[in-house]
Amino acid sequence: MSTKTFAGINVEVNEEGYMTDSSQWTKEIAKEIAKEEGIELTDTHFDVIEFIRSKVASGETLTIRGINKSGVVDAKTFYKLFPGAPLKKATKIAGLQKPESCI
Amino acid sequence: MENKEKVPLQKVMIICSKAALEDVYAALVMANGAVMEGIETKLFFTFFGLDAITKKTMNKLHTATVGNPGMRMPGGLPFPTMLGGLPGVETGVTKMMKKEMEKLDMPPVDEFLELIDAGGGEVFACKLAADMFKLKKEDFHEVVKGIITVGDLYAMCDGPGTQIIFT
Repeated sequence: MSTKTFAGINVEVNEEGYMTDSSQWTKEIAKEIAKEEGIELTDTHFDVIEFIRSKVASGETLTIRGINKSGVVDAKTFYKLFPGAPLKKATKIAGLQKPESCI
Repeated sequence: MENKEKVPLQKVMIICSKAALEDVYAALVMANGAVMEGIETKLFFTFFGLDAITKKTMNKLHTATVGNPGMRMPGGLPFPTMLGGLPGVETGVTKMMKKEMEKLDMPPVDEFLELIDAGGGEVFACKLAADMFKLKKEDFHEVVKGIITVGDLYAMCDGPGTQIIFT
């Protein structure tokens, strides 16, 4: 556990860089985490982030299939928006825990 | 000198040679999981595994109720092999499996392949098996990139951090 400063705010992150308190999250923080991941956030990114945050807040498991059926973006776009490991990157930027999902 | 440097997994080639529901899903989950982690993924179907990419059969896969020592009755009692052979039992068991899988948000085979494809994973069919079962490119789902030989497969496995997984 360590503290990091994003957009002038001190936030607690775990050893993998995921925020431990998602209530500290702001859009400005998201932009800075994204920059570290090499992603410039657009409105579409934020639509996905909002969807993911609402899913997690209601206690649902995140899956690629769930994103694909969300009506926000399809799976192909999701992979393009967060290249590499999309679920991990998107949750990190959204200030959430690393997802425990196999599918 | 001993080399202790760890090479992260960069590419996986997953081979599926069986048509039972659980064998196909093992391959699909492994492949989709690799795609999700940003690992270059190639999925190769051969022999009875071709059922999983053949349009006519892909969403009609079954769990074997005979010769499957892992089978249990609801409640955990052993599942008698004789019972597994009765008409309708395999269909019923398969239906139950699919219901449980749907609860975990596991997609049907065609949708699963499309998700793997959307993430950049590539799907291939084995030429020898396709010839044997008289299957052509048009018999396969659209995500199938090509019908390739064993040599083609090995040629794709170049580079450090590449692994072949056979299910």
